[in-house]
Amino acid sequence: MKPAAFDYVRARSVSEATDLLAKKEGDAKILAGGQSLTPMLNLRLARSSLLIDIKRAEGLRSLEADGSIVAIGAGWTHAEIEDGAVEDPTRGLMRHVARGIAYRAVRNRGTIGGSLAHADPAADWVSTMAVLGATLVCEGTGGKRRRVAADGFLQGAFLTQLAADEVLVAIEVPRLSAQARWGYYKVCRKAGEFAHALGAVIHDPAKNICRIVVGATDGPPKLLPRTAAALAADRMAEALDGLDREIVAVLPEHEPAAQRLHATAVRRAIAAMSTTMDH
Amino acid sequence: MSASSTNGEGVGARVPRKEDARHLHGRGQFVGDLAMPGMQDVAFLRSPVAHASIVSRSKPAGSDGAIFFHDDLTGTLPIITRSSIPGYKVSDYPVLARERVRFVGEPVAMCVAANRAAAEDLTETIDVQYDELPAIVSSDAGRAAGATLLHPQWGDNLFLETSFDSGLDQAVADAPVKVELDISTARQTMHPLEGKGVVAHWDHRAGQLVVHTSTQVPHLIRAGLAECLGLPQALVRIIAPDVGGGFGYKCLLQPEEVVVAWLALTYKTPFRWIEDRREHLVAGANARQHQYRIKAYADRQGRLLGMDAEVAVDVGAYSVWPFTACLEAAQAGGNLPGPYHLTAYRVKTYSVATNKPPFAPYRGVARPGVCFAMEQVIDAIAKAVGREAWEVRAENLVPGSAMPYTNITNKHYDSGDYPAALLSAKEMIGLDAFRAGARRDARGRYLGIGFASYTEQSAHGTKVFAAWGLPFVPGYDQAFVKLTPDGALEVRSGIHTIGQGLETTLAQVACEVTGVPLSTIKVTLGDTATTPFSTGAYASRGIVMAGGAVARAGEVVAERIKAIAAHLLQVTPDAVTFRDGRIYAGNASLSYADVGRAWYFRPEQLPDNVDRAGLEATEGYKPEVDSGLFSYASHAVRVAVDPDTGLVEILDYVIVEDCGRMVNPMIVEGQTYGGAAQGVGTALFEESPYDANGQPLASTLIDYLLPGPVELPKFRIAHRETLSPYTKFGIKGVGEGGAIAPPAAIINAINDALAPLNAEVRDAPASPKRVLAAIEAARSRADALAGADA
Repeated sequence: MKPAAFDYVRARSVSEATDLLAKKEGDAKILAGGQSLTPMLNLRLARSSLLIDIKRAEGLRSLEADGSIVAIGAGWTHAEIEDGAVEDPTRGLMRHVARGIAYRAVRNRGTIGGSLAHADPAADWVSTMAVLGATLVCEGTGGKRRRVAADGFLQGAFLTQLAADEVLVAIEVPRLSAQARWGYYKVCRKAGEFAHALGAVIHDPAKNICRIVVGATDGPPKLLPRTAAALAADRMAEALDGLDREIVAVLPEHEPAAQRLHATAVRRAIAAMSTTMDH
Repeated sequence: MSASSTNGEGVGARVPRKEDARHLHGRGQFVGDLAMPGMQDVAFLRSPVAHASIVSRSKPAGSDGAIFFHDDLTGTLPIITRSSIPGYKVSDYPVLARERVRFVGEPVAMCVAANRAAAEDLTETIDVQYDELPAIVSSDAGRAAGATLLHPQWGDNLFLETSFDSGLDQAVADAPVKVELDISTARQTMHPLEGKGVVAHWDHRAGQLVVHTSTQVPHLIRAGLAECLGLPQALVRIIAPDVGGGFGYKCLLQPEEVVVAWLALTYKTPFRWIEDRREHLVAGANARQHQYRIKAYADRQGRLLGMDAEVAVDVGAYSVWPFTACLEAAQAGGNLPGPYHLTAYRVKTYSVATNKPPFAPYRGVARPGVCFAMEQVIDAIAKAVGREAWEVRAENLVPGSAMPYTNITNKHYDSGDYPAALLSAKEMIGLDAFRAGARRDARGRYLGIGFASYTEQSAHGTKVFAAWGLPFVPGYDQAFVKLTPDGALEVRSGIHTIGQGLETTLAQVACEVTGVPLSTIKVTLGDTATTPFSTGAYASRGIVMAGGAVARAGEVVAERIKAIAAHLLQVTPDAVTFRDGRIYAGNASLSYADVGRAWYFRPEQLPDNVDRAGLEATEGYKPEVDSGLFSYASHAVRVAVDPDTGLVEILDYVIVEDCGRMVNPMIVEGQTYGGAAQGVGTALFEESPYDANGQPLASTLIDYLLPGPVELPKFRIAHRETLSPYTKFGIKGVGEGGAIAPPAAIINAINDALAPLNAEVRDAPASPKRVLAAIEAARSRADALAGADA
């Protein structure tokens, strides 16, 4: 369980990283916290002739805020988010999510950007950023940036919209209003395990936002707009009644037992909303 | 001896472990910590298919001396585990695959390089062509007519078939209550914190092959390895350094061990193989997979009248050395009646060859499966007669008044009060208050309490092993005790400490009989060059066997100390006593160093009749009755079952155990905690599934779930201390017990919780998938009934 030989470069800047990515034409991988990539390299399930370490690259630990968003550099760790070193514009949701990722040792090294770019469907940030309606900032060669909605960033398991020369550099998280409520629930057999099913809900009436996501699926997280609309209209019973049908509709390939489990996760996320008012 | 003679450090003292300081400071020395000049690393190319003929194999030109196939290993013999048990079929276990591979992960080629990564690179340069055969992936498939044969010369896929029949007719005819259960436990791997590891080199000065290996049984490995390499045993030295857990896996002579030793023997330079976690999951340490079909008969009170059982164990492709592939099934058949009074019993057992890694006895050896099955039978009978399961259990247990008791399969239970332990557990878990309360908690989870009782045959010796016909039969364990010139005590035993604290408990025993302070007792274990023979640490035998031997040798040395001290103090030996770490006669006293100095350096002070054997002795020991000492316990657990996720939370867990005289209660508790944690793994988490082609589906710890601290309850332990009549100090073994009952207690608790839904889980682990499937099945049954009514 030792990796095949690879070259290693510590990139000092994002542009150095993107230039190398472009030059290697797909035979290079970005290394951030290394908490998912290195085990896969050790198992030789992932191979790459070059690892580009961006842990120390300038600009990836930026933090820019205005009245509507906080732009979080991709290099912040889960632990830093958990500890509040990064401003949380989501009324506690991000800190709550960070605290539930794997183990502290993993959180100390793993980064929010690395987790999103790795694109494990069961990873917490994948669903969390989708439900928050966050925007991911991707930078390619020549400093060319484009902004991609977090909902839709995943094209499948371990597959994203990132182009071969692009690095995820920041996540723009919209601010929730003071009245916003959220709920988050994941089904795990043991602490620190990737979720088997995940539900996330945000209701921010002041901003006219009500979004529900079912995650830890076989692919991208799915929005549940019908259930969300009923919830936004304060028709809770209708929302819960229709939930099972909507889960089946958005996850048609899943076994019935898996569909039920995902519905349970969402139902519990909705139920958790009332108790997560103050974080 | 009184507590003052040992300063409160002898047998029974709750003293901290001597070995903990180095481990807590990270200064333990495991095989993986060893470094030698010029040492090369070994990696294995392992079979990617479960069952195939090898059509061809080739390695790049110039890789001789770096890549080895079976035929390159001149002079090695396959691992052949013979047994004298009638009907047993021998399997050749080639140390590298020869013409056939029989499981995914079987070593096919060995690669050597300056480091492990480079050795793994070499494995990728090898070309092997396989002609695949159908894979046998379950014991049912192995027994089916027309099944593909793993070992064609056998004519079937059965290593062994056994049966026992006391006669059942009357029991069956008279029984008003009959329950029928199909029960299974999943395949597991053992997961000591430290995996297997081997470093071998040639010692030119000693003219010996020296093998550092992570083993529980250094003296046995010496014998087995010498046989496979065709060497005289005097040319082989086995050193087991710190061992990070064994659990049975490290009792085996492994092919990897043989071939790495062969490299050192052949090239006379050091070689190392350190098993990684993936190798452990895919190729090693398979255990636990049992399947039971049981019919049990009872009266209307729930009193057992008879039992008819069939046990099949999926034992993988080869017989392991030295335990064979058959120990598990044979033990399952013999131990199924457990702690119960049973008068009619019939059982057939099958050890079925499958295309999976060889099966090894794992902590509890068959008993976790046996207990899981038997305790579900008791609960099913209780349900059938409409009584509380603990009551039916208590009435069927062998009562204390019947001790010693020989059961229907001729197990001799030496002492104890089984129902008393159960009643204590029932009180501690608070059953009565629980029954008066709600069946669901505020979160809608179903609540239940389950019980399990068992006996743990420990330190079973000559009589038992001789009956199993294994390649070795344990007899007397030997120990060496010596007073040094400066008055300290050296204790040497061929057993090994694998985490169970023998450096401490053997020192406590030596302290008890010699009075030498614990801090100046040095225990040396695990090196065939420096310790007397022991078959090793397995079967919960260490403290009984090695402890007994240390006591014997210590008593001999103590008498000689007294004789010299009496002469120096001018009294008779019977006037000499040990107290507070010194030697007394009346108010006069000597230090142990005074006696040591006299023997070694001032012989003119010695009495004329001094024993010329000096202040050292090697003595052997086995219990007066060597069929095993039976520890026992009852576990009780309260769980919450989430009907929507299938997740089970353990809310409370109590253990009432009796292992006879406790040499160190803290160590007994540590053993119990550790075993129970593994039992929770069996109950709820651990599972090595295979697909229809024999591919293992859990090859990393992402897929193979081990319980972590968060998933484990705070186990509450109460002790009973019924001495064994047959052993030194009344000690019994306790190493395995903790692991035996949790699967049974937890499944019974789950089924108690799910009773309002009429759902029953019969298989381990009770994963969310199985729990949800059971609930779903109950719903379908209910719907079908409702439909029939309408």
